[in-house]
Amino acid sequence: MKKIIEVQNVVTKFGKNLVHDGLNLHVNEGEIYGFLGPSGCGKSTLMREIIMLEKIKSGSIELLGHKIERIRSRAAQKIRMQWGVLFQSNALFTSLTVAENIALSLQEYTKLSAEEIKDIVAFKIDIVGLKQFDGTLYPSEISGGMKKKAALARALVMDPKILFLDEPTSGLDPISAREFDTLILKLRELLNLSVVMVSHDLTSIHNTLDRMAVIDNKTIVAEGTLEEVREMKSPFIERFFNEGLR
Amino acid sequence: MSDRRKVRLAIKHEEDFVRLKILGNPGVECVHVIAKELKTALTDLATETIMWDLSELKQMDSALAILIVKDIQRAENSEIEVLLSPMEHDVEKMLNMAKEHAHFDSSFEPDSRGFLEMTGEESLRRFRDLGAFFGFFGQMSIIVMHSFYDFRHLRWKETVFEIYESGIKALPIIVLTMFLIGVVVAYQSASQLKIYGANIFIVDMLGISILRELAPMLTAIIIAGRSGSSYAAQIGVMKITEELDAMRTMGFDPYAFLVLPRMVALMIMMPILIFFADIAGVVGGMLIAKVELGLSPSQFLERFVEVVKVKHFWIGIIKGPFFALLIATIGIYRGLQVKNDTQSIGFNTTKAVVESIFAVIICDAFFSIIFTNLGY
Repeated sequence: MKKIIEVQNVVTKFGKNLVHDGLNLHVNEGEIYGFLGPSGCGKSTLMREIIMLEKIKSGSIELLGHKIERIRSRAAQKIRMQWGVLFQSNALFTSLTVAENIALSLQEYTKLSAEEIKDIVAFKIDIVGLKQFDGTLYPSEISGGMKKKAALARALVMDPKILFLDEPTSGLDPISAREFDTLILKLRELLNLSVVMVSHDLTSIHNTLDRMAVIDNKTIVAEGTLEEVREMKSPFIERFFNEGLR
Repeated sequence: MSDRRKVRLAIKHEEDFVRLKILGNPGVECVHVIAKELKTALTDLATETIMWDLSELKQMDSALAILIVKDIQRAENSEIEVLLSPMEHDVEKMLNMAKEHAHFDSSFEPDSRGFLEMTGEESLRRFRDLGAFFGFFGQMSIIVMHSFYDFRHLRWKETVFEIYESGIKALPIIVLTMFLIGVVVAYQSASQLKIYGANIFIVDMLGISILRELAPMLTAIIIAGRSGSSYAAQIGVMKITEELDAMRTMGFDPYAFLVLPRMVALMIMMPILIFFADIAGVVGGMLIAKVELGLSPSQFLERFVEVVKVKHFWIGIIKGPFFALLIATIGIYRGLQVKNDTQSIGFNTTKAVVESIFAVIICDAFFSIIFTNLGY
């Protein structure tokens, strides 16, 4: 299996605060991979490092065959067109409608006509389970679940190879959250996506993740499938899974 | 990533059909090549059967799939038969998905509105704006009354913080700017006064213009730019992040917590800032009087005491709290007007500054008329 992300000996420091002390993990192509751990363990930070929003102190991260700690800006831009990112707070542009939010990358990076862009946007709106009418609304006019879907549609618009999701089911009701899980599985099936997500949602972890890494005390305490991870002896893993999955 | 140069649509006329074959592996960034070739091909295509040949594709982008599905629909609508070549499993999956989820009749354009409708809507909006401002003013008056009734209502800690933030921190820039204004005004007048040999009158001119008008106005404009904008932006963001709502549910009245301290702080600090601006302006003028007109500082000050009556100073100072009230009110009001999107922060911050400077100038004009008619 091909590795699309490889994290090696990553050390992160914010001022005097050591966040990661030598992380190692890899994500295979076509996999749904999760970062787990208690709050404040640096899951989101690791994801932000992979998507080039934060710099690592030392170590290396390889993404789609590029070492991102010393990547040229053109190559970085090329990579950015091959991923989609869904932020925890959705980060939809509030001054644009949902359809405009989704169309933005197509308008900037392709030479497609307005008509063709509109068709693609309509398709993406449908595929994430929104109604066509929702495309005309502004982010402030739609509910939290719809915002999540709209942000997902925006992340998917360039047919990315990798999808990064930061706590995708947080703030959703259980039914929407399960729908979201199903949607992710379906999209992976249809679009040959690899998905990397940060998640706290046990059901979602159980339903969707192929493999996962548990980060605790600045290092990775377990990596592997759910069964493998649950066998590891760690106070966090025991508490997290046993108290949650009763 | 696909190689853009290899992407092409090959059109081949065969015995009973036209074969449309996609070459290369087009990603979303070069689907437009196919789209363009397809469009030109269709205009001079006279056939009853089309064969889409997707056999060379290893995988297909959704943009391309949508394009093909749309073309198939269009062909079938004009009773042209469409055949599909055998294709890879992934490609077929994508094509089926596009068939299932594509919508070609959606429109995301906002409904266009006529001139009359827009004019009406805009007028109504302005009218409501005015109403909202009076509402805000009323609410604020109630809070002010409350705190006059009981001084413990005023949040002294926040007020002192605002005094430092909006008042004391503004002092250097106000003093520097006013000093330069004093220099400029004195310099321009000096060259005129020299012609008539009326050197000594520079003191009258500078004294009255700076104390009465220039110092209060300049201070107000700088404070409007500095604090008016920051009030609008800060309160606007607090509104978006629901901090204001949080305060309300916790029983903290945002007016008492945010509005009053800022207003009181500015009203206290404005006269003090004007006082320092007066000094800076006069010192700037004094310097030029010495350099250009040879008027020594002691001569300057002697004449100053003689001709510039103290009422001019007080008139300048008295304006301070009024200007402060306008700037704080408009800044905070604009902050509260921010809606749930980021663009309205920029919009309202701009409005806060422009409106408060405008209000200050109008207010100054009123003072001019009133004081002149009262004989001051």
